[in-house]
This record gives sequence, structure tokens and C-alpha cells, in this order.
Amino acid sequence: MLDLPPIVDRRSFMKLMSASIALAGGACTRAPLEPIVPYARQPEGMVQGEPLFFATALTRGGYAHGVLVESNMGRPTKIEGNPAHPASLGSTGPLEQGRILELWDPDRSRVIQHLGQIDSWENLASLIRSRGQRWQADGGEGLRILAGGVSSPTLLAQWRLLLEKYPRARIHHYEPVNRDNVYAGARASFGRPLEPVYHFDRARVIVSLEADFLGGLPGHVRYARDFSRGRRPEARSMNRLYVVECMPSITGAAADHRLARRSSEIHSLALRLAAATTGPVSADALPWVRSAAADLQQHHGASLVLAGDEQPPEVHALAHHLNEVLGNRGATVDFIALPVTTAQSNRDSLAQLVEDMRHGRVDTLLILGGNPLYDSPVDAGFAEALRSASVSIHFGLHHNETSRHCTWHVPAAHELETWSDATAYDGTVTIQQPLIAPLYGGRPVHEMLAALTGDFDSTAHSLVRNYWMGVFGNQQPEERWANCLRSGVVSESTARYENTQAAKAVVGDAGATAAVGTVPDPKEIELAFRPDPTLWDGRYANVAWLQELPKPMTQLTWDNAAFMSDALAQQLQVTNEDVVELEVGNRTLRAPVWVVPHHAEHALTLYLGSGRTAAGPVGTGHGVNAFALRTQNAPWFAGGVKVRKLNERYRLATVQSHHRLEGRPIIRAGTLADYLHDPQFARQESDRRAASLYPDVPRAEYAWGMSIDLASCIGCGACTIACQAENNIPTVGKSEVIAGRELHWIRVDRYEDAAAGAQRTLFQPVPCMQCEHAPCELVCPVEASVHDAEGINVQVYNRCVGTRFCSNNCPYKVRRFNFLSYSKEDAQSAALHNPEVTVRMRGVMEKCNYCLQRVVRGRISADRDDRALRDGEVVTACQAVCPTQAIVFGDLNDPHSEVRAAKGSSRTYTLLGELNTRPRTTYLARVVNPATGRDPSEDGGER
Amino acid sequence: MNSTVASEGPSQATVKGSYTYGSITDKIADIVLERRTTPGFAIALAIAGAFTVLFIVAIAYLFATGVGIWGVNEPVAWAFALTNFVWWVGIGHAGTFISAILLLLRQKWRTSINRFAEAMTIFAVAMAGLMPILHLGRPWFFYWLIPYPDVMNVWPQWRSPLVWDIFAISTYIIVSILFWYMGLLPDVATLRDRAHKRWQQVVYGLLALGWRGDARHWQRFDTTYLLLAGLATPLVISVHSVVSLDFSIGNVPGWHSTIFPPYFVAGALFSGFAMALTLGIPLRALFKLHDFITDRHLANMAKLLLACGLIVDYSYAVETYTAFYSADRYETYAIMNRMTGPYAWVYATVMFCNVVTPQLIWFKRIRAMPVVLFAIAAIVNVGMWLERFMIIVVSLHRDFLPANWGFFTPTFWDLATLAGSLGTFALLFLLFVRFLPAISMSEMRKLNEETRGVDR
Repeated sequence: MLDLPPIVDRRSFMKLMSASIALAGGACTRAPLEPIVPYARQPEGMVQGEPLFFATALTRGGYAHGVLVESNMGRPTKIEGNPAHPASLGSTGPLEQGRILELWDPDRSRVIQHLGQIDSWENLASLIRSRGQRWQADGGEGLRILAGGVSSPTLLAQWRLLLEKYPRARIHHYEPVNRDNVYAGARASFGRPLEPVYHFDRARVIVSLEADFLGGLPGHVRYARDFSRGRRPEARSMNRLYVVECMPSITGAAADHRLARRSSEIHSLALRLAAATTGPVSADALPWVRSAAADLQQHHGASLVLAGDEQPPEVHALAHHLNEVLGNRGATVDFIALPVTTAQSNRDSLAQLVEDMRHGRVDTLLILGGNPLYDSPVDAGFAEALRSASVSIHFGLHHNETSRHCTWHVPAAHELETWSDATAYDGTVTIQQPLIAPLYGGRPVHEMLAALTGDFDSTAHSLVRNYWMGVFGNQQPEERWANCLRSGVVSESTARYENTQAAKAVVGDAGATAAVGTVPDPKEIELAFRPDPTLWDGRYANVAWLQELPKPMTQLTWDNAAFMSDALAQQLQVTNEDVVELEVGNRTLRAPVWVVPHHAEHALTLYLGSGRTAAGPVGTGHGVNAFALRTQNAPWFAGGVKVRKLNERYRLATVQSHHRLEGRPIIRAGTLADYLHDPQFARQESDRRAASLYPDVPRAEYAWGMSIDLASCIGCGACTIACQAENNIPTVGKSEVIAGRELHWIRVDRYEDAAAGAQRTLFQPVPCMQCEHAPCELVCPVEASVHDAEGINVQVYNRCVGTRFCSNNCPYKVRRFNFLSYSKEDAQSAALHNPEVTVRMRGVMEKCNYCLQRVVRGRISADRDDRALRDGEVVTACQAVCPTQAIVFGDLNDPHSEVRAAKGSSRTYTLLGELNTRPRTTYLARVVNPATGRDPSEDGGER
Repeated sequence: MNSTVASEGPSQATVKGSYTYGSITDKIADIVLERRTTPGFAIALAIAGAFTVLFIVAIAYLFATGVGIWGVNEPVAWAFALTNFVWWVGIGHAGTFISAILLLLRQKWRTSINRFAEAMTIFAVAMAGLMPILHLGRPWFFYWLIPYPDVMNVWPQWRSPLVWDIFAISTYIIVSILFWYMGLLPDVATLRDRAHKRWQQVVYGLLALGWRGDARHWQRFDTTYLLLAGLATPLVISVHSVVSLDFSIGNVPGWHSTIFPPYFVAGALFSGFAMALTLGIPLRALFKLHDFITDRHLANMAKLLLACGLIVDYSYAVETYTAFYSADRYETYAIMNRMTGPYAWVYATVMFCNVVTPQLIWFKRIRAMPVVLFAIAAIVNVGMWLERFMIIVVSLHRDFLPANWGFFTPTFWDLATLAGSLGTFALLFLLFVRFLPAISMSEMRKLNEETRGVDR
């Protein structure tokens, strides 16, 4: 067996072997050297996987809101409020939440453009230098700057420097949503432009003359918090709110007594109120006026009358007069001068600039941000006048309608990408610090200004720092600088209230008030313009989250419409989605109709900010451009509007199509009197905990629960968008919203129904109820819907096959399904996503899970420190952002937790309790405070 | 010998005319082996084929893009796919009823109709079985509903009716196929023996599994056939009861009703007999099978149709009554919404198709007119589909919280999927008629022998 003949002889064998070795050895080379470098020098304080929070501020129209920005590995991913900032107290409104998407927006401009071609900063710099020589000679005669509202002390200092250097240059202001009326009203009352600062927590009676202080005014988040402090029936007394408005707002929805009037009619109404307040109450025919006057009279020094920014200066002066008479100044209202408070009105400033341009006096115009070709008054003639400026530089985030008609466009750095500073509604200054280096090569505004003065070397950091070092002087400047950055507040910068003791309100004799002014023809249709609740003046048109965020009073997304009352719609014989043509003066605009309950009769409202033509792929082509009808002299309401029905329809995307409660005890409401009489007024027989065949859920170390106070919820929708930002929820687009597939995990339902004695707007935020006996868990065939030990119903995305039985079985319909591939998988989205939350693929069900990622993070921290979680350590996204702190979340096992206290209230009730799902999320019944002996339903009646 | 009927007249004959073993076999087998494909049949095949292609395209697009191509949304997360599923499964039940239950009840008249009825069942259940897979968000993971040992020790969630569906449908299709195939064996062997072309001999030969007509074969055949009939019988009740639990386990008002199992089973038989008539009447007309599928068969099927229809109508009444009797505001609203809400036209159509139309069958003259029976059956088919749609969509679109109320509008792909499934069903049935004996030859021979010359 061993003596087999050789297959190969020895020689060949040696040849073969050596050949093989040569081949193997010769062909093999060493692997190429690719040195890797360890992350040895990490940024200080950064721990892999742990987010860092940086304090800064976000501005709009010149008003800052202090925020903390969550930064994951150097990428800002979420905006939270700054608890140390008086405008925020830890919350934000819905618009601040969308700024993250604005930062990461891939449609932001990335290159400097000159006459439509890509150009360089060097070329622009040399142009500025050459112009600068001319300006040295003529004092900057042809130089103009157009800016929006500015509150940056550093920028204002730079302007002063510029004007010192070029005394004949001019700086103009224009914000489409501005406070000209406020300043003019203050000038009438106090002799100079001032801004009011309100203290709602000290007011027991509030009369709002179309002032949307919960949703639109600067400082609205703080106002909402202060206001809601007075809405706790457990204190056995509540404040009372009277609102008169044309277009329903969330402030009107919160009112105890709401009146619908056209904007032009509010002046005469205010006169009647003044007469009744300062004179005999019963003289007036209208119950609303009588009741408000009586309440005001009884609350000297604890009441507040305020006028909205849309109301003419006379109404503001009236409000100041009333507050003075009632002794409210210094108690519920104070006055300050902010950097943004300008002597010249926005309207006049822009008009003067147009005039200068028309006469060829302007050769260089720098437009700092904004979009005047889109949002300036249609009769101002800005577009035409712009052509006469030989050099026009648009400095902004996007290549928008304006930059397309300017000779130069310079991409700006986002507020989160640059050093700057900003002032809040009460004067608090925040030094803004960048969260990330400019993503798209944007230039900070301070560097742009510095370049104009010939300084091409300073950075934004050096400019801002130098300014503040100057302010701090020699009182430990470095330490103060660090403290300001860390806290987000420049201490001692807040609120130097003006001592306006000497100011007298000049409104004339109250007795002569009745016949003042032209009483508008009641049959005439009036058109009101309002800032959009989610797009503002159109600047956020390309932020998909804000386009898809349902607007509180209409639940519409992605478009605006001509809002009107049901009565007017019937008179015009139109229904929702019919297209009408509006004619104001000699200008027309086509718009779809949308009926809004409680809208003033014989009036229409259009939200500003839609109908853009160059907003980027997300924002272009949605809605109608209300600016096409907005004139210089009638920026907020215009009379004599003709409406013509066209034979067309336009689909509008609403997230809720049915608004009546149908007699179901979904939102329980009562008056304060009801509550005082029987604190358990909201309880119903069916709320009693019924027996169940299912075993009780065993309690683990933590038992998470949530309580939502409907008496505090104002329906702003901040919770919806905060949840979207935190949990990587995709937007679905207009056609999918029409199909009924929006993905918001927490939604705010809005009902228009009778409650506590009147027709009211009722809001109800609905997240997942986390039922202890969850109907969804029973029916999932693959066990993708499971209950964890701490009470959260968890959706296992990996396991879900998408049968959607869970959605059918959920009586609250809080489950959201990815019908198509909504989540984007590009680099941009990956960067802005919260890394702690899975991104769901198509075909998978998703829903609120009490921010499980935050619960886990909290538990990990607590475990690491070998202790239990403290109450308030884990805060859900919706809870954190809510301006009124209506949402309370915490551990039910902790006897001292806030959520235990909230659920212990007698107002607690369970939504659809009779189904015995045993939700961990419960509600506190809404309590309103109408004047006793008065039927609020009378409010709308007589004129 | 002529078959003479004493008291009931020729219309009551189970086999009309005088036949022998050979002539019965000839008549049926010739359809498969001798008859040339007519242009009409080719056109029918082409149309069915076109819809089958549409079906494939619709499924491919669905898998590529997602369930969003249909009209489903929140709150109506189930619409056409589940309606199709329940409708198709229901149709299948009549075939099993005819094959199995009527066999056990010794109803001789089931002989000539049971083969194509059972084929109808199999093709219907095949279409039905596709629908739950298609409606999934991630259909490539459908097998997670099937209990199989996996490395993560994860099993389906047993309390979910969808898992019970897996058991019910798979049992049903397996037993139905076995039962049908079992009965086919002697016939396929006959075709094998009579075939001229080589490919036919090979294919039928393989399918016949070596059947020789041996006495032992027949004895085992009879026993097995009876056993399978016994197995299939409870499935008629259980399968659609389980399918109905898909809904009644849910707490949606309009679904959460204990009458669903018997109601759905009755509805299944109702729609199944309608489909059996829809298939049987043209079959006998086009292939001249009047002697085998006689007027008596049509009349009996029509009577069963009416009987099941009356049970269904009773169920409608009970549902409505119970909703009001419960005084539950959600249940009451669900019924009122069905009758008067945005989908009231569906309710009205269902009542007309399912309650009013079948009452015509009371009249003997109607029962004797195949064309009218065909029309009634077609109307009932439509009515039953709409009834499933009504139960699913109209209940879902308005449930507990009015803020969630929505609407369902079918898209082109919803309709394409439905039409495609109908086309595929038609294609399968046409192919069955073309390649397999549409009437059971062995059983007909036996029946003819037993009843020849005997008064009936």
C-alpha cells in the first residue's frame, strides 16, 4: 500500500513547490499602511453618546427667546427652552422647535452669487473696498442698509460705528409683522415709542382687544405660563379673560367671554368699554362690555387691558389710558424701550428707502435677511425701486424671491451657527453662541457689517466678545463672559422699566367717545391679515415640520385659505374648498374658502406667509400670497372687499374633519362655580374602575404616568412639533395628509362644541394612553406591541409586520403607520435625527412611548449613581416644551411626584374610561371662569 | 332504460336521460380530451389572463412602494384587502359544504356539482390566502405569523385572531386540496387511459398516482373520501367563524358583536352558493351539461341560497336590534351611521342585494329560469362584497373619538387588486375546466347506476 508509484518525480515536485512558494510569496505584499489616529484630544466635557446642552437664543422679528440646544457629537438636534431665561422658563413655542430643521435645510444657499453666477467673497470684498473709497469721500451718501427687527447690541454698536464713519448712510427697518401701531400708540400716550411688558400672573381680569398674547405677541410663551398660573381652580379663584377678535386665535379660545367683531369695529368697542369702565357700567347695551367693565372696576391694580399689534394706535392709547385709570401700570403692565423699538415706523422707513431709491440716491443697498420683494406692501413699489440701486446685496439664509432680484446674494450663517447677541421681550440679553460651524459656508451677520466698514479681518466671535468685554469693563470680565454663555442670560440686563409716571394718556373725554371715528358699514366685508401660526410671515415656508403642523384654530396644513364665518359663507353661497376671488382696491387674489367657527361676520382673514414662489421645494407653491393685497396704509385690515365665487375648487389638507363632541364625554368642562360647588363635577358613573378578566399589571420600580391639564392647555401645538423633533418623526406631505396619514405621535384635537354654558373651542392633546389593559397588545399577531414592566406600551419596530390590527383596536387612534417610505435616508436627515431614537422604515407602526429614550437615559444615570430617579429628572419632550406646563409626567410609585399630585386632583378623568383600558395618561377637566349670573352665550348677541 | 319520474316530473331528475358508464365518461372526458379550444374560450382565457397580469403588476408595485398605494389610512386601516379576504374565503365555504356536508347527509344531487364547486373553493381560498399577505406593511415577513421554532425563541402572539386565521386558512386549503385531489384520482386515471397525446398521458399518469381501479383501491378510496369529508365538514363552520373573530375580537363599534361567527358562516354559504350558481349555470350551458346539472340542481342550490340568505337577513335584524337594545351610544351610533351616514348608499345596496333580491327565489317559476338565477346570484355576490366592505370600512371610519373620524376612498390600485384577483380566479377556473373533468365521472357513474329506473 505504501509502495505506490510516485505521481510526480522528485525533480518535478521540487519545481512545483518552489514555483508555488515563489508565486505565493512574490505576489503577496504587505497590506498598505493606513495609520489610524485615536480620538485622543476630545472636546472637553464631551462623552461619546451623551448629549451636551448649550444655551443660546433664537430671534424672530427682533425678539429673542432663550433656548438650550441639545448637541449630539457636535450636531445640534433639538431645541429646548432655557429655564433660566425669563421669556422661556424652560418652554418654547412651536416656531422655535422648527428652527433645527431650518438650520439643516438642504435648500439653504451655499454660494455667493453675483448676477446669477457663482462668485467669491474676495470679489465682493474688493467691490466693497472700492465703494468704500467713494463713501469716504461723500460720507456714504449712496449706502443704505435694510434690516428687519434687530435687537443685537453688538450689531447696533456696529451700526453706530458705520454711521460715524459714513454719516450720510442710512439704516432702514422693515418687518412685515411689526409693532408700528404699538409704538405709535405709546407715542400718543407717553410721548415716545415704548413697548409694554405684561405680568399676567398679577392680573385677575384681563381684557384683550384682539391681542393674541398666548400665541403671537413677543414673550407669548412667558405670558402663557403666567396666565395659566391663574387658571388653577384648586386655588379656589381664577383669573377671567375677555377677548374680542376678528379671526379666532388660541387666546380667544382660552377666553371666558369671547366676542367676535371685525378688526375695524374694535376701536368703537374699546371706546364703549372705556366709557363703561370709567363711568356708569350699565350704560352700555352689550353684556360683554358691561361685564368686562364691571370686572375691571372691581380689580384696580389687578386687571389688564391690552390691544393687539394689529389694532390702530388709538386703541393702544385707549388701553394705556384704561390701565392708567385702573392703576395697573407698575402692577400688571410696565413699559420699556427695547433695541427693536424704533422711532420711525417700519412703514415709513421702508417708504423712505423706496423714495430714495426711486430718486437714484441709492447706489449700494445691503438687505440683511428678510424678503422684501415678497412681503413688503404691494403698493410700496419696492421691486421697481430696487432696480435703480446699482449694487444690491441680499444677505440671507435662502436664495429667495428677493435675492433673485438683487445683484449679489451672500449666504448667511444661521443663528445656531454664529456668535451674536439678542434681546428678549423684557430686555433680557442673551449672548448667542454657535452650536456648529456654518454648514453651508454661511457668513455671520457681524462679519458682513464689519466688511462694510472696511474691516475684513474681525470674526463674529471677536466682535461680540470685544463688545461685551467693553460692557463688563474690569469687573471680572472673563468670568462674566463664561457665566453669560453658560446660563444663556446676561444678568442685570433685564427690564429696566420706564418710569412713565409723568406720561398722560390723551384720548379725549370719555363722554365724547361714543361717536368717535367712522363706524364701518356693517354689511361691508373686511379683510384681515394675520401672521401664520406656523409660518409667521413666510420665513419658515421651507420648514416641513412647520408646514405640516396643524394650525390650532383650523387644523389646516400646508396651505392658507380665506377664513370666514359660517354666516358669511352661506351668504356668499360657498362651502369649504370653493375658490373665491377677493378684490381689494384694484388688486385681486384667488383663495380657497374655509369656514372657521367664531369668526367675525362680514370679515375674512388671510394668513400671511404662504403663496411663495422661491421658498425651496418644500415651501414653494403652497397656499395663496396674502401680501399681494396688503397695502402700506392697511397692513392689518382693509375694508370694502369684494368677494366673487369662482367655479373652481381647491383641496385643502386638514388633519381633523369632524369637530363636534357628539355628546360624548371626551372633554369635560365646567365653570369655576361648578367646581367650587362640587369638585368632582367631572366624574361620571362610567369612570368607576370596572372589574377586568385580565390580570393587573405588576408594578416595577417605576410606574410611569402622565396627566394633562385641559384647564392649562392653550392648544398651541408646541407639543406636537417637539415630539416630532425628538422622535425623528417624518413629514408626509400634503397629499398624504389629505389621505389621512399624518404621523404626529401627539396630536391636539380641537372641538367646537357647547361646554360650560357657551359654544367654545376645546383643545385636547392626545398622546398614547399607555393603557394598562392595552387593546393593541391583544391583537398583534407577532407580539410587536408589548407592555414593559414600568407601564409603557412599547412598539417593537423590528418585529412589526404591519397588519395594522393594533391601530384598528386602539380606541384613541394614537397609533401611526408608515404607509409609504416617509423617512428620508439622506445624510442631512441622518445628521439632524436624534441618535437615540430608531428611524422607522415603511410598513412599520409607530407611536408615542413616553420618550422611552429619555426614561432609559435617566435610568442609566440613576443606576450609575446608585440611586433612584428623582421626580423631574425624566421629562418627556411634550412636557418640556409646553408653555403652560399642562403636561405632567413622572413616576406614580413616588408618593411625592408631581404626577401623583396631579392625578390626585378631583378633576381627573380618563378618556373613554368605560372601555376599561386603564390608561396611564389621564386628563384634568377644563374649568372656565365666566362672570356669575351671566350667560357667556350672550356674548355674541347684541351689537 | 328510461328514467321515469312518477310524481315530480322531469325537472326533478338527478340525471336526465339514459346513460351508461361509457356514455357518462365520454360526455365528460371529451370536454377535456376531444373538444377543441373554441375562439370564445380563447378570448375568455385572454381576458382572464390580462387581469391576472394586472394582478401581478399590482402586487409588484405594492411590494415595491408600500401599502400607501391603496386608500387605507388612519382610521380606516383595513379596507379592500380584508374585504376581499373575507369575501373570497366565504365563497369557498359553499364548495366544501357541497362536497363534504352534503355527502355526509347523503344528498345525491351534490354529485354533479361537487367537483367544480370544490375547485371553486380551492381557487377562492387561494385568492383569499394572498390578501392577508398583501395587506401587510412588510409582507416579506409574513411567515412570522406561522409558528416555527426560531433561534430567538419568539413565537406568534397566540391571542391574536390573525394567528388563528393562519391555522384556519392553512388547514382549510390543505384539507380542501387533499379532498379534491382524492376525488380526482379515479377521473384523472380515466383521462390517462383515454388520452391520445403523449404529454397528456404523462401528466395525467403522474397525477393519477398509479390508480388502477383495483377493488382495494376503491375500498380505500371510499373510506378516505368519507374521512376527508368528515374532516372538511367542521371546517365549514370553524374557518369562517375564526375569520369573523378577526372583527368581533376587536372593540370597534360595529365589530364587537357575538353574532359574528354564525352570521359570517351563513354569509359565507350565501355568497358561496351564489358563486356556485354563477359558475355552474354558464358551465352547463356552454358545455351542454344539462343532463347532469339539471334544473333540480339549480333549484336546490337556489333554495339553499335563499335559506342562507334568510339567516343572513335575520343576522342583520339582530345586529340592529342588539345595538339599540344595548343602549350603548357608540354601538347605536355605528348602526345609525351605517344607515344614514356618508356610506348610506352601501347599506341601501346591501339591503337590496342581500335581502330583497333573494326573495324572488320563493317563486317556483323563478327557480326554473337559469338566466334569472344567474342574475340573482351575481347580484348576491356584489351584495356580499359590499356587506363585508360595510362591516369593515363603515365601522372603522367613525369610532369613539370624533376627532379621528375619517373617510376611505379606494384608489386605482385597490380596484386593480380586486379585479386582478377576480381575473386570476377566472383564469384558474377556466384552466380547470379545460384540463380537468368539471364533473366527477366516477361518482356520476355510480349515481347513474344507483338511480337508473328508480322513481325519485
